[in-house]
Amino acid sequence: MTTATKEYWRWKEYNWHDETMDPKGADTITAGVDIGSVSSQAVVMVNGELYAYSNMRTGSDSPDSARKAMNWALEGTGLKPDDIHYTVGTGYGRVNVPFADRAITEIACHARGGNMMYGSTVRTILDMGGQDCKAIHCDERGKVTNFLMNDKCAAGTGRGMEVFADLLNVSIEDVGDLSLAVDEEPPPVSSTCVVFAKSEASSLLREGWSTNRVLAAYCSAMAHRVVSLLERIGVEKDFAITGGIAKNSGVATRLEKELNLVSLKSKYDTQIAGALGGALFAKALVEKQRKKGG
Amino acid sequence: MKANYGYLDGSGEYFITIDTDHCTECTEHGCVAACPAGLFEIIVDDYDDEVAAIKEEHRKKVKYDCGPCKPVTDRPPLPCIAACPADAITHSW
Repeated sequence: MTTATKEYWRWKEYNWHDETMDPKGADTITAGVDIGSVSSQAVVMVNGELYAYSNMRTGSDSPDSARKAMNWALEGTGLKPDDIHYTVGTGYGRVNVPFADRAITEIACHARGGNMMYGSTVRTILDMGGQDCKAIHCDERGKVTNFLMNDKCAAGTGRGMEVFADLLNVSIEDVGDLSLAVDEEPPPVSSTCVVFAKSEASSLLREGWSTNRVLAAYCSAMAHRVVSLLERIGVEKDFAITGGIAKNSGVATRLEKELNLVSLKSKYDTQIAGALGGALFAKALVEKQRKKGG
Repeated sequence: MKANYGYLDGSGEYFITIDTDHCTECTEHGCVAACPAGLFEIIVDDYDDEVAAIKEEHRKKVKYDCGPCKPVTDRPPLPCIAACPADAITHSW
């Protein structure tokens, strides 16, 4: 007999395109493909406007993930990959995007994408990704002026949160709200290691802590962890959070409280910041190329 | 741009910071030859500037790779910092 196991960590994959736009005959169609360690996004821009995107889980084969993400973003648009004039690959797997014209680091792409998503006043961007965390300081043009990345351990990353969702049998999308449903804020669990934090959480559950209280303790630890990263580069207003963890209200709220700052909100999906930045770089690069070519 | 290479873990913060705005003016690239562990390389960054960077394979173990240049007592000036005419390199520990 087999038993179906629910994967609590599994978040919803999706694609979108703007049905009010007609990309046919556009001057510039560019794309950014962000192959992260956990999720992949493809963004298509038409004349500098966001036209389509997809967000899916990265598979074991990065080139294949890149192709799938791009094909899914283009699904239902009438566009083919060949219609795209310039593509930038970014993220952990940026060198494995077979159809990319250039690879650019996710640091630069998040700064550029964050500048479009949150406006030119944004100075500090925290990208909380699947397996790393990046603190980025940028100028009014979205150019990086200071950055710091921590990818040595899973503490303070989306993967760490997935581990907790599975441990506590709580859907990853509900973690944030449930962690805020506590009467009193508990002390944080270990913020230096997910493995230690997980065993600490198991002990707390045995002691009789509620699931929500354990989630609150972990979200608090995660917020505390990334604050130390941010403090190294210096937090300057305006401040924004990108990446999947930006959607976790439990971490975002506690982070804002520790920093005594309110993060900017955007109409764009926070997970596409890197790919969006890539598409913006692609637009600048294709225009430069055209100028050179006369 | 201040590029921080390294990490923080349970034992502390270990970052080598390279101020690439200073780095672009340098033509000597003395840091590359000066580092006995070969941590430095010259790259073209995302903004098409030629700058120094820490090689990918060293970024998660700078604490250990830099260890021989950081004795507990009688610590001499770090070779990478001494070799940088632009004062672009700092260590956090």
